[in-house]
Amino acid sequence: MNGSDALQTDVSRLEKPALIVGLLALVISVGGGLHSPVQFFRSYLRGYVFWLGVALGCAAVLMLHHLVGGRWGFVIRRLLESGTRTLLVMAAFTVPFLLGLRFLYAWADPVRAHAETAIEDKALYLNVPFFIGRTIVYFAAWMLLAHFLNKWSLEQDRTANPALTRRLQNLSGPGLVIYGLTVTFASVDWVMSLEPSWFSTIYGMIFMVTQALSAMSLVIVITLLLSKTEPLREMVTPPALNDLGNLLLTFTMLWAYLSFSQFLLIWSGNLPDEITWYTARATGGWAWIAVLLIVFHFAVPFLLLLSRFVKRRIRLLSAVAAGLVVMSLLDMFWLLAPAYDRAGPRFHWLDWTAVIGMGGVWFWRFIAQLKRAALVPLHDPRMARGAGHHG
Amino acid sequence: MKLSTKKRPLYGLIAEFDNPDDLLAAAHRAHAEGYRRMDAFTPLPVEGLAEAVGFVSTRLPLVVLIGGLCGCIGGFLLQYYPNVMDYPLNIGGKPLDSWPAFIPVTFELTILGAALFAVFGMLAMNGLPTPYHPVFNAPRFELASRNRFFLCIKARDPRFDLEKTRQFMTGLKAREVSEVEV
Repeated sequence: MNGSDALQTDVSRLEKPALIVGLLALVISVGGGLHSPVQFFRSYLRGYVFWLGVALGCAAVLMLHHLVGGRWGFVIRRLLESGTRTLLVMAAFTVPFLLGLRFLYAWADPVRAHAETAIEDKALYLNVPFFIGRTIVYFAAWMLLAHFLNKWSLEQDRTANPALTRRLQNLSGPGLVIYGLTVTFASVDWVMSLEPSWFSTIYGMIFMVTQALSAMSLVIVITLLLSKTEPLREMVTPPALNDLGNLLLTFTMLWAYLSFSQFLLIWSGNLPDEITWYTARATGGWAWIAVLLIVFHFAVPFLLLLSRFVKRRIRLLSAVAAGLVVMSLLDMFWLLAPAYDRAGPRFHWLDWTAVIGMGGVWFWRFIAQLKRAALVPLHDPRMARGAGHHG
Repeated sequence: MKLSTKKRPLYGLIAEFDNPDDLLAAAHRAHAEGYRRMDAFTPLPVEGLAEAVGFVSTRLPLVVLIGGLCGCIGGFLLQYYPNVMDYPLNIGGKPLDSWPAFIPVTFELTILGAALFAVFGMLAMNGLPTPYHPVFNAPRFELASRNRFFLCIKARDPRFDLEKTRQFMTGLKAREVSEVEV
């Protein structure tokens, strides 16, 4: 009980301000949207894809931990679980997004959909009713996974039943398969179809890694905020931080590896249909964003995370993680925005209000969920074994 | 155990433990007692043991970094020099310096360079393979690769004193303390 008291003094103070800031930013967004609905929906999609990615990344890392174990996971498990709970908020945010499809996608615009044969050929898959149906299926799958991941974990806190660990593992294996399939389709639907004539088969993988990376980064930053809180304080040890840092390093390298693989294949093939995606993202001001991403989304965090000195210190590790959160956001912008703004990056103020608005509501839900349970899982049988080694 | 052959010089005293926790606690106590020249032998990695026996750091990471950089630069030049300078050939209308195509080989050679430097640097710096080492004389030392944990305080430690050190080590939950000859 001490734990949740301390949490209340630390982070729960942010619960209401997060909601107020979020709602305020969303109201401003809608206000701006009445003036220019096209820009509103474009900005909205950027914030939506980012925050949904964080929630889904939490689910993926959580299931990964259920499968492989490790002391790092017990430190951040409750944060990841609360992160998956924000899927409810994201589901609510889906409704306005579905209302604005024709502002976002050429294939959803009755005029443009028939103007280009490349789009018309794909109408069997890219049409509004089927799109909405798929979105409902994705969210049903994700929320079902999140529901049981949370339910059984909290049940174990109450009943100390070791069999629940096994049950969570049995859910997580198929759960990761479902996650992989749904995120692949969702990334094709929501982002790749912004440029409906372009395709890449590695795209879903890139999204999965981006989601896991942004979720891990954000959770590590929040761990810093909570690291003075009692039940967590004992667990935030240098070895546990080292594991978290290694995982962050892995995701950073995987992101670079997959992103470069896609680039190398398209660059080598040099086909007009495919290279337009990169020429749009490497000309004008976009080239600078691309360079920023290579340096600060890969090179700098990669070199910093190689060092045990950085990984074993919560403040340094969190600083790297905070940088990666910002870079993930920029990465999302670089993936989405050039579909419309070929000339170069143009940060509209609606981009900021959308990201802050959804982020505020996301954090409100996250903190509310975090307060419901102990900050660390209480009776996972694997935890006692892990604690013995460095106790 | 061979107390009779006192003529041979002493390498140190070795204590045998049942589990890693006792060994770790013993190493911490020995370090607190002022012993610095000691070594531990375990069948599995024990978190924090290296620090406990006073191991600070090696220069191996630096060696690996140099190996990686050699592989990286060498791998890139291996492709850049023939393609751009020595034998320029137009392939598919691509520029001669087609650096994206060079990256996979550069990457692989970075790994190769780092791995080779790591293995041979490690062997050079720790002196392996060692066909003979004094601790092999310790009784049941072969169990160090199965289920026993050993802590050896070397005779060349400035604080080493056969009787006092033996007394200290006997009080450490050890199964047995024995002398190790050179």
